[in-house]
Amino acid sequence: MVNLSKEEQKMFDGEVGEAARQSMEILVAMGKIYDAEKMIPVSSAQVSGVSYKTIGDAGLEYLQDLVRKGAKTRVPTFLNPAGMDEAQWKEMGVPGDFAEKQLEILDAYSKMGIMKTCTCAPYFIGIRPREGEHVAWAESSAVSFANSVLGARTNREGGPSALAAAVCGVTPAYGLHLDENRKANIVVDVQCELKTAADFGALGSAIGKLAKRKYPAFRGIKSATEEQLKVLGASMAATGSVPIYFVENITPEYNIADDAGQMTFTDFQLRSSKDELDSGEKPQLVTIGCPHASLEEIREIAEMVQEKKPTTEFWVCTARKLKDEAGRLGYTEKIEKAGGKVVADTCMVVCPLERMGYHVTGTNSGKAAKYLPSLCSQKVAFGKLKDILYR
Amino acid sequence: MEIKSRSISRGRASGEVLMTIEPLGFLGGVDPETGEVIEPWHPLKGKNIAGKVLVFPNGKGSTVGSYVMLQLAKNNKAPAAIINVEAEPIITVGAIISGIPMVDRPEKNVYQLVKDGQRIEVDGDNGLILL
Repeated sequence: MVNLSKEEQKMFDGEVGEAARQSMEILVAMGKIYDAEKMIPVSSAQVSGVSYKTIGDAGLEYLQDLVRKGAKTRVPTFLNPAGMDEAQWKEMGVPGDFAEKQLEILDAYSKMGIMKTCTCAPYFIGIRPREGEHVAWAESSAVSFANSVLGARTNREGGPSALAAAVCGVTPAYGLHLDENRKANIVVDVQCELKTAADFGALGSAIGKLAKRKYPAFRGIKSATEEQLKVLGASMAATGSVPIYFVENITPEYNIADDAGQMTFTDFQLRSSKDELDSGEKPQLVTIGCPHASLEEIREIAEMVQEKKPTTEFWVCTARKLKDEAGRLGYTEKIEKAGGKVVADTCMVVCPLERMGYHVTGTNSGKAAKYLPSLCSQKVAFGKLKDILYR
Repeated sequence: MEIKSRSISRGRASGEVLMTIEPLGFLGGVDPETGEVIEPWHPLKGKNIAGKVLVFPNGKGSTVGSYVMLQLAKNNKAPAAIINVEAEPIITVGAIISGIPMVDRPEKNVYQLVKDGQRIEVDGDNGLILL
């Protein structure tokens, strides 16, 4: 039984309009499915299901239907990446029929009052909920970052449930919103040195597969940047639906369940995980920024490619706001001179790569390595940037 | 006869029963234009779900399945009502956004009490199946 406040009951009864009625009905049903006792207010929502490639005509119709029903968000709400750079899709080589549908989707979201941030890493553009803050986010890697690195609280929402939370300003109180569920049930003793993002991605891919629905805690990681934690969490979310993890002395929370299991991760496992992800082929295109690159990552890449020009075409995927910043700081110019592009609003996984003439794509992300074969029909070249850019 | 269940999506509707013990996914599983089940090897393959009271254990597959249910509703090919053994988010969201009455966790074994083709009613407001 989900208890509703007076305001929530009004929405459920349709007194606040049809979109709020439908949205509250979704939240109540979710609450029933997961045994929530009440709703809790959220301070922001992040909505997935933005690329035309993933939601198709059916998803577009759903969004337009919601617009007709008068959907408006009550809390700051922002979008996951779309299927193309909204400004530069022609230069990217995105087919026109795809672009037309994609623009309609973005338009529908705009009409609901949603910010077209189009990024999977909102935490790199200043959207950073505080420790203990409740939010309703949908992008699996951002969910992992918010819970694990920021200590905020969110379940892994679907597109419609995140949108329903945005419209009603609340979410059912279950799962990771509750203290008792934020505990690791497997402890991973990391016995190898992790140097690059690719190392963190390979660790995440391997542990995600083993953890499945368990929440991992890591011991033995001496230091990690936010960029490395981003890749670790994204990989585990992709291979194992892991929505939270803990790193001893690094993440704000480090809670272990009494009956937690133990395992080790050695140099041998690190190498096998990397080998498993890499086809060994030379990529036609190297895509960087899964999840979206931070300004610091863009700077590092700009310096690397200025020093030595890569042997393949490459994209750096990031948020629009950081692309603007990279332009101002001169990073974009360096990247373009070396044959690369800074691409905003989208990424290698949700854009129609398979329709753009590519067959082998390089990445240093465990998440991209998981999705490129299934969503984009690509062979994957996996490794650190110094390897795949000059293979 | 009345079988108590749990209300998931509101509304009342009746129709002929179409049931399966296999989970059902809508994206790639049901043709949104015709309402025909198209998933290879599914026991309902070739059957049409339009206007039926669809009884299945739970949803499966892509979350885009929710939107396919809305497409079916717009094409007047949606099921009249849905009975699940245990609701999960994909079918739940799909039923709500498409206005399809839905209940789950029936207190008696529906598979023993109803037959394919039998006309029954689902009351999504009160969580009841009426035979």
